Amino acid sequence: MKNTLRQVFHSPKFVAGFIIFVAVLMTLFIYPLFNPGNPLQMLALNSFSKPGTYVSVYDSIDTDSIVMKLPGAAEKRLEDKLSMDDRLAMKEWLVTAGVPEGDIDTTDTTNLLKIWKEKYDPSIKPAGMTIAKRNYYKRLTIDLDKALNSNEVTIATPNAETGALEEAKKINDTDYVNTKDVTNAITLPLGTDNFGRDVLKELVSAARTSIMIGFIAGIIATLIGLSTGLLAGYVGGMVDELILFITNLFTVIPGFIILILISYGIGQENRGATTVAITIGLTSWTWTTRSVRSQVISLRNRDHVNLSKLSGHSLPRIILSDILPYIASYVVMALILQISTAILAEAQLSMLGLGPKTTEVPTLGLMMNWAMVYSAHTHGYWWAYFPVLLIIALVSFSLNLMNTGLDQVFNPTLRD
Amino acid sequence: MSDTRPLCLSGKGVTKVFGFGEKKTVAVDHVDFEFHEGELISIVGESGSGKTTISKMLLGLTSVTDGTIYFQGKPLDIRTQKKKKEYWKDIQAIFQDPFSSYNVFHKIDQVLLDCINMRGGKKLSMDKKIEMMTEACSFVNLKYAELTNKYPFELSGGQMQRLMIARIFLLKPKILLADEPTSMIDACSRATILDMLMNLRNEIGMTIIFITHDIGLAYYISDSVYIMEHGKFVESGTADEVILNSKAPYTKRLISDVPKIYEEWDLNTVTFSTES
Repeated sequence: MKNTLRQVFHSPKFVAGFIIFVAVLMTLFIYPLFNPGNPLQMLALNSFSKPGTYVSVYDSIDTDSIVMKLPGAAEKRLEDKLSMDDRLAMKEWLVTAGVPEGDIDTTDTTNLLKIWKEKYDPSIKPAGMTIAKRNYYKRLTIDLDKALNSNEVTIATPNAETGALEEAKKINDTDYVNTKDVTNAITLPLGTDNFGRDVLKELVSAARTSIMIGFIAGIIATLIGLSTGLLAGYVGGMVDELILFITNLFTVIPGFIILILISYGIGQENRGATTVAITIGLTSWTWTTRSVRSQVISLRNRDHVNLSKLSGHSLPRIILSDILPYIASYVVMALILQISTAILAEAQLSMLGLGPKTTEVPTLGLMMNWAMVYSAHTHGYWWAYFPVLLIIALVSFSLNLMNTGLDQVFNPTLRD
Repeated sequence: MSDTRPLCLSGKGVTKVFGFGEKKTVAVDHVDFEFHEGELISIVGESGSGKTTISKMLLGLTSVTDGTIYFQGKPLDIRTQKKKKEYWKDIQAIFQDPFSSYNVFHKIDQVLLDCINMRGGKKLSMDKKIEMMTEACSFVNLKYAELTNKYPFELSGGQMQRLMIARIFLLKPKILLADEPTSMIDACSRATILDMLMNLRNEIGMTIIFITHDIGLAYYISDSVYIMEHGKFVESGTADEVILNSKAPYTKRLISDVPKIYEEWDLNTVTFSTES
């Protein structure tokens, strides 16, 4: 036993998979300690806010500021103000005003503004230009002037009695506040999802739930598969025929279809994470049964089993002490694979909207489902689905790596 | 056969068929036999002749397709686990391959303790059990103190087979079925093991059914010999009758395959049979 363990932990594949899995698991359990709270709490009223640190604008007004003169700050501000649409519109006007097209470079902000200042005249009415369009150019010019002149901004509060605005604070373009000094600020490393929830917090909770579902489903499937396989393989005869018949029934009907039907039959309201886990476990045991059965059949006529029979051992004892230890390594491998398959099955089910109840717990599949329903992928809100994919891939990759490593330890013909 | 000793195992039309339809294989085909108490019977035949199948049937490890096996004159009834357990107190076996005969997860003590428990020694004190195990081990020239807490795979093939005999020593069955117990052992250990088996037989007075492909060995040790070919007993009788005065051509071929069994072996003149 000790030797086997040592051998297992000398297999590079197993160790790599084990380290990845344990690292993921540790993160999932340690992160909530530092960032407690309900993962399903809706923080933002907007959906899909970008990853980053959000500071309260309101609080930042009251925060003590320092004066900083950063080189190029004004240009940066201006550049940020001028969108590509504005630039192209400016170019369009300038071309109609007679500036050669080759002279205008929309990416060179300084030069563009220089030409604009020289040539633009609000009184000119280019042929075919609507009033609305001409007004747009006027507004744009005023905005640009404002940005260039860097006027102070006055914050005013209405007087409670008179209703007149009273100056509360003046803000200069050279005023800076430290984000740490702002009373209310939140860092969202992965932004928010469609409901305005913190994606990272939700992801950690979801991954925990999904791995739990994987474990419950995997253990159920392995237990059913193991007991039916042992019984069918060892007892044989009618029992074998019956178990094989049921197994074949479950094998020919695709398991996933049964899973969908059962999930649909249970109904949205009754589907908790555990129910989903049990459902997955109850539909994915067939191949464990088949492979355990074939292993047991090859074992049951071995001499050590015969000797055990001759020593008067009972059937359960023979199965438990003469058959089970010989296939234990195989069963552990099957269990790992079942866990990995169950995690994927949950993700698939939830993607179809047949996962656990959405109001209770997040799962990896549910997060994918929400991201898909709210078209995160078409709008490029990568933070809503890519980290989820990464976790699913990482967990099942590490589990499969462990399985391959074990396979190589227990099956010497596979060693490289 | 004119043996006056009481019958211990006999069979009438015992048949074993594997599979059905086109894949049907008749492993043992309507064989009759009479084994007397205290006798040493050899069943000789080449690989695939049905020797192991008949031993499995005698042990009650496989069912009999047709025919009846009689144990002490009565038809053998081992339909329930309890009756099987009773029967296995009377019949025990030593298997061919010592390396696969033991559960690799159980220690040697466990193997021997199982035997004591089976003989109703479950309630004995631990000291008494150790005493019995030590006695059994010393009977086969093994030291219990060295074996305790060891696993069977830590022993050599010969030691394992001797441990098997120690097992039989503790169980003291009426019949021992030895299925080629020496074929996987080197020549030196072979003699020791045969010697121990004979000693054990003298001590307990049990019937030994010795299954072998070595007709020379069979002649040396057995009282009566059954020659098996393609699931049938082609010849049977006392060792002298069968070996010295064989009638079946198969027996003659077997004897010619093992030259000079009743003279001194001269390896220079060994000729190999060219017939297949």
